[in-house]
Amino acid sequence: MNRLHLLLVTGFLTACAISLFYYKAFILRFPILPDEESQAWIVEAHISFNARGRSVMAELFIPKNYDQFLIMDESFISRGYGLSTHTENLNRKALWSIRKAYGRQGLYYRAIVHRNPVEPQKRRLKRPKLPESGLSGVKLEAAREIISRAREKSANTESFVRRIIEYLNERPASDNVKLLLGKRPDQLKKAKTAASLVIEAGIPARVAHGVFLVPLTEDAPLVHRLEVFDNGKWLSFDPGSGETTVPENFLRWWQGPYALLSTQGVYSARVNVGIQRYQEEAELSAVEEARLKNPNLIKFSLLSLPLETQSVYRILLMVPIGALIVVILRNIIGLKTFGTFMPVLIALAFRETELIWGIVFFTVIIGVGLLVRSYLEHLKLLLVPRIAAILTVVVLLMMLVSIITHLMDIERGLSVALFPMVIMSMTIERMSTVWDELGAWEALKHGAGSLFVAAIVYSVIKLETLQYIVFMFPETLLVVLALALLLGRYSGYRLLELGRFRALTRG
Amino acid sequence: MFGFLTGLKKQGILGINNRNANYVLRYNQRKYYPRVDDKLITKELATKAGIAVPELYGVIKAVGQIKFIENLIKDLNSFVVKPAKGSGGEGVLVLERTKKGTLRKPGGKVIDISDLQYHISRILSGVFSLGGHPDMALLEYRVNFDPLFENVSFLGVPDIRIVVFRGVPVMSMVRLPTSTSDGKANLHQGAIGAGIDIRTGKTLGAVWRNQIVEEHPDTGNDIVDLKIPHWQDLLLLAARCYELTGLGYQGVDIVIDRDLGPLILEVNARPGLNIQIANGTGLLPRLEKVESAFMNDVPTPDKRVEFALEHL
Repeated sequence: MNRLHLLLVTGFLTACAISLFYYKAFILRFPILPDEESQAWIVEAHISFNARGRSVMAELFIPKNYDQFLIMDESFISRGYGLSTHTENLNRKALWSIRKAYGRQGLYYRAIVHRNPVEPQKRRLKRPKLPESGLSGVKLEAAREIISRAREKSANTESFVRRIIEYLNERPASDNVKLLLGKRPDQLKKAKTAASLVIEAGIPARVAHGVFLVPLTEDAPLVHRLEVFDNGKWLSFDPGSGETTVPENFLRWWQGPYALLSTQGVYSARVNVGIQRYQEEAELSAVEEARLKNPNLIKFSLLSLPLETQSVYRILLMVPIGALIVVILRNIIGLKTFGTFMPVLIALAFRETELIWGIVFFTVIIGVGLLVRSYLEHLKLLLVPRIAAILTVVVLLMMLVSIITHLMDIERGLSVALFPMVIMSMTIERMSTVWDELGAWEALKHGAGSLFVAAIVYSVIKLETLQYIVFMFPETLLVVLALALLLGRYSGYRLLELGRFRALTRG
Repeated sequence: MFGFLTGLKKQGILGINNRNANYVLRYNQRKYYPRVDDKLITKELATKAGIAVPELYGVIKAVGQIKFIENLIKDLNSFVVKPAKGSGGEGVLVLERTKKGTLRKPGGKVIDISDLQYHISRILSGVFSLGGHPDMALLEYRVNFDPLFENVSFLGVPDIRIVVFRGVPVMSMVRLPTSTSDGKANLHQGAIGAGIDIRTGKTLGAVWRNQIVEEHPDTGNDIVDLKIPHWQDLLLLAARCYELTGLGYQGVDIVIDRDLGPLILEVNARPGLNIQIANGTGLLPRLEKVESAFMNDVPTPDKRVEFALEHL
């Protein structure tokens, strides 16, 4: 009776999940897998610097619309700063300024970049004024020599520029090239030098800077290209290979011999560009279609929520899956952990810190917490005040970790603030009790078990495809529920019991 | 690996999932848990039913009472402090008075009154209780164990665990403290468990830290083939605990006092599974026998002991 009941309930839940999934995936045609071909990206520039308590100015180039990409939904995050944007020498610039600022400051520029769906129009550009080459003295002599060699071996502007780039990349470099490029030239230096050479030859040229739009990166490297004016249009060259086709995912950001960021009144300024594929677009189009077919389904789905709330649910929906993993690891494998679902919370914190740093921070905080706890043991405090004391120490420790790692420029350290501190304090308390009662070995075993389970949960809930599927098809959680119910009646052996009762099966 | 699994099954080993799902959850009603989780209630019920328990000297219920502890213990030569809602033997402190009048643990470690007070305050704040709930500290008679066990236990009091299923004593072991267990009789704290033949009351093989042993690691004496005194009384005592607690699946812990005979120490609603290792056999076949013998109603304690002696 009992068993039949359970089977009926789980069967019903699974049937519901499968039919909903089927309807959404095959009739409404929701994309089943995340759209790898989405043609939109979130581009974010994060500026950080230390202010000296004087007036501060920070100027950042920002991308603008052009043939390949359109900039949409720009936002600037800058607490207390005045902000203006303007166009200068064909570049767009954002200027942040403030009368007085102290300490480490952070400014953000964020935009959603779409591929321009419109075919670019072919129109002839007017030949621009020839800029200064900036070469003089010996360098000018060296440049002229390279130019005349390149001229001899080329038929038109394009082949001339290719030749120049070839010379600059020659190994071993000629003396002239060494003189112009200096030691260990990077891509930027090569692009700039090539531009000077082309200008010196009487052809307008410039350096363009940008990034490659990849699915996900925290720190996108800047890419530099040489642009040369030829016959009414600009040709773009890779300063390393001389390749003239622009990679499809190259976002042109700004041009000219300038750095991305310029500042006044600050020190150790840096800028870093993060890129992330923007998923919602592909989803939204499917949703728009679905809305026409079945308005109620969408009205009652997560997709009708504001974007920020949606991103919260993207994480929340993974929690039951994490819990299911804990069930499997505890009840089927037989691992021991502190607290039933503490590992899930730790795993959620790992999302921000990433695994290795997460484990390091967790171990450091728990370790120091245990030391403090063993000192408190001598003071003979009552339970609740003692946990409050440990909690305070944990918060102070988290703060210290954040500050120290920040000083060491390890950005991950900041996210230690997301560790569940109450749970950590309870873990310290539990661990020290287990330590006292059952010995260090048992305590470490539980601790390592918790970390191990957290790491496994983390690596599962981090799977983007899984996140996407659970978010687009929350009915998958009905299957999770059914599995949890079934596992609740699992009365077979745990894997680790095999070892425990080994003495009995040996004979 | 899966051959291993069938090996366990063949031996009739009860796994933890099986115990919880099919025995604890099925036969132990939640409402009866306080009867065993709170040792004060167990004691009161047992006294009412005429079942012998260690004498209660006092209960400390509030932090304010801790300072009067000295008064409470001044006439006692030895006593035990334990949490009323403790589990797994945690928080149990056995103390005796030295000739000088100071207190010491069985291992010889001297303890002053403030250590005792701190220990009690830890008990009250719930460090040892299930779920960390506030607790009470019990002060009770310290058992003087039967001389039989003198050679095979170290420092503490050996106790006898009998698993009682639907009122039938199904499996039993004696737990012998060792130096590693700090005088405590719990297997996971390092005590030895020696299985007892239900019919004869004689010890079978023994297990220590998941290994099979035949001698006590501290005293070097043989543990096998000891005859437990008053065996039938012990079985009856354990069987009567079914009426006492109402729990269908329970572990009854009994000590044999030199002067007072068998005393019920505590009852456990989720008895551990190591008893199977100590007995070298699984619980499942015996549980199934009981299940099929008493489908609905359970006979009297005498009949149940008789059943155990005949069929298990």
